[in-house]
Amino acid sequence: MTKNNAKRKIGRFFKYLFLIVMSIGSIYPFVWMVFSATNVSTDVLAGKLWFGNNFLQNYQNLVNDTNLWQAFGNSLKIAVLTTLLALLICSAAGYGFEIYHDKLKDKVMSIILLSMMVPFAALMVPLFRMFSGMGLSNTIFAVILPTISTAFLIFMFRQSSQSFPRELIQAARVDGLGEFMIFVRMYIPIMKPTYAAAATITFMNAWNNYMWPLVALQKPESKTMPIVVSDLLARYTLDYGEIMLGVLITTLPTLILFFALQKSFVNGILGAVK
Amino acid sequence: MKKVSMEKRYLRIGWIFIVVAAALIVVFNFYPMIQAFLLSFQEGKGNNLTFAGLNNYKKLFSDKLFRRCLFNTLIYVVFQIPIMLVLALAYAHILNDKTIRFKGLFRTCLFLPCCISLVSSSMIFRSLFATGGVVNQTLQSLGLINEPIGWLTEAWPARFVIILAITWRWTGYNMIFYIAGMQNIDYEIYEAANIDGASGTRQFFSITIPLLKPIILLTSIMSTNGTLQLFDESKNITNGQPGDATRTISHLIYATSFEKVPSFGYAATMSFAIFFMVAVLSLIQMGVGGRRSD
Repeated sequence: MTKNNAKRKIGRFFKYLFLIVMSIGSIYPFVWMVFSATNVSTDVLAGKLWFGNNFLQNYQNLVNDTNLWQAFGNSLKIAVLTTLLALLICSAAGYGFEIYHDKLKDKVMSIILLSMMVPFAALMVPLFRMFSGMGLSNTIFAVILPTISTAFLIFMFRQSSQSFPRELIQAARVDGLGEFMIFVRMYIPIMKPTYAAAATITFMNAWNNYMWPLVALQKPESKTMPIVVSDLLARYTLDYGEIMLGVLITTLPTLILFFALQKSFVNGILGAVK
Repeated sequence: MKKVSMEKRYLRIGWIFIVVAAALIVVFNFYPMIQAFLLSFQEGKGNNLTFAGLNNYKKLFSDKLFRRCLFNTLIYVVFQIPIMLVLALAYAHILNDKTIRFKGLFRTCLFLPCCISLVSSSMIFRSLFATGGVVNQTLQSLGLINEPIGWLTEAWPARFVIILAITWRWTGYNMIFYIAGMQNIDYEIYEAANIDGASGTRQFFSITIPLLKPIILLTSIMSTNGTLQLFDESKNITNGQPGDATRTISHLIYATSFEKVPSFGYAATMSFAIFFMVAVLSLIQMGVGGRRSD
């Protein structure tokens, strides 16, 4: 028994050691990036892990070299609009597929799931030509339209809808509530945790999206944050302090969102996996 | 009689909820996919395209650059995904241990990289591994190396940095799926196993892994799909250098379509190679992982 106890204690020691080492490895690049945003380039490369006094200079350089706040605004507009539209459209579809399911709808759902296998690289050129033809290149519509209906979100809402109590729908119908009002007045409020998780995922994807905006948004004034930050690499000498400040500013919105919705995010994935 | 027609009416209303989402997927996913398929039989520069039969496909099989990028991409898939998923499983398993404290703190630390965009994480790793960067300076001051290592200028070190960057960014994400899956496993099964004297390791391999199979399958399909389409890292950490040793297929497709002289038809042909691999690997994984053990 005591031998077993000792074994268990050693086991636990290694578990903690593993967790601590991996957690440090996990946050180190992040912490270094935050400090680096305030340091001069040479201190950044030397790995200085404390605040420097070059923050204002880095900021000045960034504002001079890029359309920083315009890009921030573009990213914000795109991410917020994408999130609102995607949540509305995909939750309605997920609800429709689950609550009103029949053989034909199940078939349509499996066809929609096939779209997850389509690599974006294949769609890039046809989409580019499509939006150019419509005169929509360099607009936020070109970025938003292909991303507001995704098989992943529809699937997530369909899975979560399985836990939505059917008796509520029956009761509401008896009370004379129309089908759309049931969705708006009962489903949406009850499924708030799923919406929160879906919002986190969608906002992050939209905010961080790189490949398609890089293709669709060619004009300097329409670029988004990831593109602007990536463009900092296209110079002869790299100012790592400036680059890290750009990275920090790009990261802030998704970071804040994650900490605000962390709990519901985990719960949402839990609901989708069940 | 009336009840049946009511039921039918409801089922018809159901389509209204679905129609917008379905239409968007058809217009912005399936339709361009068909367009890409047609493009893959055409040749020419820019928008001057002519029908070329199977020329692009023939070219694909003898294209050394394509083969090189295919090799790079498969290297990422083969090395990165198993490492990441095993790590994520280990994290989730330990965090599922009822006696471990500070779970929330560890979980947050391990998940934190997922809040960072792929471009940002690429910039961070590019800077950490710059020739005069933190990693080389640290290794030198520890006396482990004399000359700085060309992390981003030599083929295998550069591939290693890309694999490290992806693993750093995505392990916590997969961990969340496993944690969610483990919470769904009835704790009584473990209690029964304890009474039977099964060791922790035995329990992990005989209870946790089999019951998590659907989620392991889900995460491995998602990761394979994602890594086969890798672009942001290849573009921003190494820009495909040195000599295309780190360039992925998606990056090659991007370069073929939008850099230098665009060749849309050939780019479309290459994108079908990714599609084919995603489809085949998903089917293999479903075949291997989807088999019921009972």
